This record gives sequence, structure tokens and C-alpha cells, in this order.
Amino acid sequence: MATAFSPTKLTATVSSLHGSQENRLSLPIRLAPPSSFLGSTRSLSLHSSPKLNHVNVSRRSPVVGVQEVVKQKKPTNSLLITKEEGLELYEDMILGRSFEDMCAQMYYRGKMFGFVHLYNGQEAVSTGFIKLLTKTDSVVSTYRDHVHALSKGVSARAVMSELFGKVTGCCRGQGGSMHMFSKEHNMLGGFAFIGEGIPVATGAAFTSKYKREVLKQNCEDVTVAFFGDGTCNNGQFYECLNMAALWKLPIIFVVENNLWAIGMSHLRATSDPEIWKKGPAFGMPGVHVDGMDVLKVRDVAKEAVTRARRGEGPTLVECETYRFRGHSLADPDELRDAAEKAKYAARDPITALKKYLTENKLANEAELKSIEKKIDELVEEAVEFADASPQPGRSQLLENVFADPKGFGIGPDGRYRCEDPKFTEGTAQV
Amino acid sequence: MLGILRQKAVDGALSASTFRRTRSALVSARSYAAGSKEMTVRDALNSAIDEEMSADPKVFVMGEEVGQYQGAYKITKGLLEKYGPERVYDTPITEAGFTGIGVGAAYAGLKPVVEFMTFNFSMQAIDHIINSAAKSNYMSAGQINVPIVFRGPNGAAAGVGAQHSQCYAAWYASVPGLKVLTPYSAEDARGLLKAAIRDPDPVVFLENELLYGESFPISEEALDSSFCLPIGKAKIEREGKDVTITTFSKMVGFALKAAEKLAEEGISAEVINLRSIRPLDRATINASVRKTSRLVTVEEGFPQHGVCAEICASVVEESFSYLDAPVERIAGADVPMPYAANLERLALPQVEDIVRAAKRACYRSK
Repeated sequence: MATAFSPTKLTATVSSLHGSQENRLSLPIRLAPPSSFLGSTRSLSLHSSPKLNHVNVSRRSPVVGVQEVVKQKKPTNSLLITKEEGLELYEDMILGRSFEDMCAQMYYRGKMFGFVHLYNGQEAVSTGFIKLLTKTDSVVSTYRDHVHALSKGVSARAVMSELFGKVTGCCRGQGGSMHMFSKEHNMLGGFAFIGEGIPVATGAAFTSKYKREVLKQNCEDVTVAFFGDGTCNNGQFYECLNMAALWKLPIIFVVENNLWAIGMSHLRATSDPEIWKKGPAFGMPGVHVDGMDVLKVRDVAKEAVTRARRGEGPTLVECETYRFRGHSLADPDELRDAAEKAKYAARDPITALKKYLTENKLANEAELKSIEKKIDELVEEAVEFADASPQPGRSQLLENVFADPKGFGIGPDGRYRCEDPKFTEGTAQV
Repeated sequence: MLGILRQKAVDGALSASTFRRTRSALVSARSYAAGSKEMTVRDALNSAIDEEMSADPKVFVMGEEVGQYQGAYKITKGLLEKYGPERVYDTPITEAGFTGIGVGAAYAGLKPVVEFMTFNFSMQAIDHIINSAAKSNYMSAGQINVPIVFRGPNGAAAGVGAQHSQCYAAWYASVPGLKVLTPYSAEDARGLLKAAIRDPDPVVFLENELLYGESFPISEEALDSSFCLPIGKAKIEREGKDVTITTFSKMVGFALKAAEKLAEEGISAEVINLRSIRPLDRATINASVRKTSRLVTVEEGFPQHGVCAEICASVVEESFSYLDAPVERIAGADVPMPYAANLERLALPQVEDIVRAAKRACYRSK
């Protein structure tokens, strides 16, 4: 049975809809009392459509790897990460959490304004994926993009200043909370419209493939697109799943399924709530993973990123996760059940990683505390920096509308190229 | 007849514009003027894309039917055979998806030329044209520019009905961050498309289906592979001193015919081919109005909030004291395009409408 999760009250309904699905990892059907959550026992479910294996087998590679790897690792009891990796992941998640908490504080003090969407609770997804990427890999996100930018390497100072609308922000205050761009770190935004980032990410992946095949450059860059459960009902999502699979683009589609699109429950909005199943429908593997466990996410991410780098095409990864705060700081968050929130709060990814690190003797309390302190200071410093930074100058209002305001037809000396008598001798600059 | 022309040219009695006018008469009579080359707009666009693709391997073409079908209107004919499927992409029918992919590819450094089968279909992708392409350089404070060209036929064709006949010049030209170009002749098509492909900003390139098959004389410079026209500069197609007629795309042809009719009645009209709707060449328009003191603006699209409205506002703001008559605005009828041929003709500006408006501006009619 392949349901990924089920919030209260709807367990029975969901299970009965999908009773006949095949799955490698068949778990017992739980028609338990409404307060149980199937999601918490699910570690990984990997499904490659049986139909596809009969059609054009040479074109599609059945994804088996991840599941096997996980199964192998468990019996030998070897650790999933080294100490350095563990501390890196912990630091990144603490940075995400502290930063977002500080954003909330600053918003209520009036330093930040407009729409602010916080990422508390979902850190495992960002850290799990982005910490595997290189600087030249690209990340495309939604309006909930502060932590994606931070994980990708944009400094906390730059993000905080951007949120304050100061000239030292990563976009000089022009973008704001929802539009974090960084060319240096290949953070390609920050999009406010649902689904808007997915085709842009697909285009960035397209460029990697183009560079390799047409420009003959050595390019192994992959692109990771992050988006939510609400986006999975949007047309552009399906258009891009189709084209990414059709052209075998090096992209990973990561669904951060936090069950709620503002106040619209995923189950009320979606005919088939299991998003990972939409991957095989288009010819790519669909994977479901517990998004509250950074190690599981990282495991799946490793496989998906390796697949993409090898040129085997896209993967759709559904991460079951939860946002501890409302949709945005303006959202009263009245529709979500307190019991549901409590259940997911108990599965806090930071606490889980802390437990893993201490139980497996990879780190002790003191080391973790020192990381927390370091991050606290970093975030405080970022706030001070942002506070002290100046607002953009008036002239910045009209800057950067165009990269080249005069258009190509005007040469560097300010005259029209076509009036230059030497123009047709081929001495014009291209 | 050719002999007479040559004789007149030698006499020096003809002005350059009259000579051009007579040559156009020859063109429309389907014979070729001796010594000058001609090119259809279709061939001009095709050669422009071809040359830019061969000059820069980052340029690629993407759209519906651009490859194996040779282009829905044959603009991309021969490109698939020449450059292969890695540079000429036939897409599924997914405007939002492939436009976004083009924008993402432009973010990452390539130079896509995205074709819309008609600009009516661009409405399915308008979010990407405006929000991810036009606004990106500004939102990222100059970090990410988008060197993309969106091109395709715009405006009314013949009998294609309401959903295939809208003109999008006004919509796109109102967005800061986009450049909007509207070629008329083959030289315009070649020069502006080459400039658009080389331009580092998003360009909306509005062609016209009915102009694709029309032939125009083309000079040797225009055939050179580095030929480019400046973006943001209008062209004075015909000089005059009594009234300024500004227009773009197919209406330039109508305005030129109207100017001939007006000349017979003693009114010398100056016809300006805008070429670039954003940035709009306000300097040329205003200089012309200050010379003639009368303005007639013509466009094919819907009248409210149109390109003509912007030009009228600009002239009233900047050259009010030079105006001798109220500004005249000729646009398409304020209705969705009807299908019946006679109604369609009524819904679009015709030469007689332009003549009437010019006469009104000159106080020659009621």
C-alpha cells in the first residue's frame, strides 16, 4: 500500500483508495485510530511504474539503487555520515532555524515588511539536498527561499540586508524576501508565482545539457527545483515533468509536501494526493522520503543527483515535511489541527539529527552547543549589519531595468552602428 | 517605363522619396527594379536567424513546429537540417513550460529564440515573459540578465477569428524591462531581429503574418552578416511637411499608400515607421510633429490604452504648443475580431480611414 501519509480523520479513506497498488516496500495497512500518522513509519518508498519496464526499456533505467543501498546499510549498522558531514548538516539546519526565528522577531519589530514566508520545520529538505551540490549547480526555489539561499552559500548578512531592503542585500534591496537571486552561488530565485520556478529550473538544466552536447564544454551541473504540494496541481509542473523526461535533463524536482497550501489542505485540493506517483507517469522515477529526517533525504538526494550527473535524466522526489509556522507571517494559521502540529513538532529534524549524532558518538553536547552559539552570533551580527546598512540611493530606482539600455544597435562610442561606414567591413563588435 | 525612371533620376528632378515610391509601385506590379535586390520578409527573418546561429553557438531556436515542419509559417525553414536537433527544438504544445525553459536557459547563459505560433498563444506564457524575463535584471540588481527573444506573428491575419487576431504591442510595451520591436520591411526584419538576438535583454519581436510574403528592396549593407538596426530608433519612411503619420508593422504600408493619396490632394504627409515600441522613439516623433504641427497615429490593435494613446500623450506633453490641430488616433475597432470578411475589413484601419484622419487634422474635411 503506497500512501505516503495521512493527517487526522482521513486515514481510512486514503488507504481504501490505494489498496491495490504494488510496492516493493509493502507496509501493513494501518486502519488505526485517526490520530496515527502513517508517514512517521515510512522511510522510503520507491516506485518505478511496471508499465514502463515493458516499453522502451533501453530508454529508461529502472531506479533501484537507493532502496538497495538503504537496505544494505541497515544490516551492517554502518553510519550514514562522517563526523564532519554530521556537523556540517547540523550547522546548516541550525542556521536555517535561527535565521527564520530572527526574521519573525524582526518582522514584528517592523524592520522587515511585506510578505515573509518562513521555513521552520523544513530544514532537512534544504540541507539534505543543497549540501550535496557544488557551487556551479543551480537551485531554484519559491517565495519560501531564505533557507535555500543560505544553504546554497549566500551569506546571512546578504540575506538579512535584502530582507531589510538595504543596499547591501544580495539583490541590493530590489528583490526582497521572495526574490533571492545570487549569480555567484547560482541561486536562480526566488519566485512568487506558484510553479513559476519549475520551468526556469528546467531551463537551467537544459543549459547544462546544451553546454555539454553543443558547446562541448565539460559541464556536469545539475539543477534542483524546490516547490510545494500546491504546485503539484499546476499545469507548468506537468509540462516540465514531460519535457525534462523527454529530453533527459539533469534536474531534480523536489516537492516539499508540507500538506498545506496556505489554508488549503493537500487532500482537499488533489485528486490523487501521492505526488511521487506522478513521476513514473512521465517516465521518471518517483521517490517518497521522510522529509523530517535529513539523513534519509540526503540519501535519496545522493542517488538523484548522481543519476542526473550521469545523464540519466530527472527524478521526482516527494519529501513529506511540515512547516511549524503559518504560510507567512501574516497567516493566522487557524485551520491546522493542534494535534497535527504537535505530532510533527515531535519529529523536528534538528532534534532528530542531534539525537543521531549524540547516540552514535559522532559529536557531544558541547560541540553541538558551540555550533548553536556560533550561529546565534552569526545571525545577531547579520542583523546588526543589516541595521547599520544604508537604504538604496534614489538613483537606484531607475537602474538595472535593462542590461543594455541602448540596445545592441548602438556602438560603444554612442553612435549607431549602422551609420559607421566601416560597419559592413565586419569590424563591428558582436 | 524603366527607361523613363532612369531618365528622371538622371535629371535629378525626383526626390529620394518619390524614387522610392515609384520603385515600390514597380514592386507591387510584380516586376523587379533593375540593379536592386529584393527579399521577402520571410527570407529576411530566416537569414537573420541563420546568420546569428552560425555566429554564436549559444543561440538556439525553440517553439512549436520550428524543426521538422520547417516552421508554422516557414520562417525557420532549413534550420533543422543545417544546425541539427540540438539547436532547433520542436516542443510539445506547452507554451508556459517551454517559455519558462527558454527563460531559465537564458538565466544560465544561453541565447534562446522562442517562437510563438502566434502571439495570442503567448498569453499562456505571459507570466514567464513578464515576471521571470522582464523583471529579473531589476529584481536581481543586475546579476541576472535574460538575453532571450520571443518572436512570432502578431495582430490580425485574414479571417482567423477573434482568438487569433489580437495585437499585443500595447500590452508588452507597457512593461519595463522588455524591449518591443515591430518590423515592417525586409530590412527592418533583418536588422531588428539580428539586433534583438544580440541584445542582452528580453525582446518581444512582433512580426505580421500578412507581411511575411511581401517583397521589399534590400540594400547591400542590409545583406551583410553584421548588419544591425538600432533598437529604439524610428525610421522616417517618407518625408513631408503638413502632417505626421506614425505607425508600425503592416499599417506602415497602408500609411504610405495614404500618403500618396494625400499628395494628390496637396497634403504632404510624413510617415514614421516606429520600428521600436519600447523604447519608443519620442524624440523623432516629437521633432516631426514640431515640424508639421499635426499628428495622426495609426495602429491595428484595440484603441483603449493602445500604442497610439501613448504617442498622443507624449506629443501633448512635450509639443503641445506646436500643435495646430487635435491629435488623431486611428486604431482597430473596439470589438473582438469578427470572422466575416466584410466585418473584418470594417474592424481594421484601412487606407481611407488614414486619409480621412489626415484631412481632418488639416481641417480639410468635416
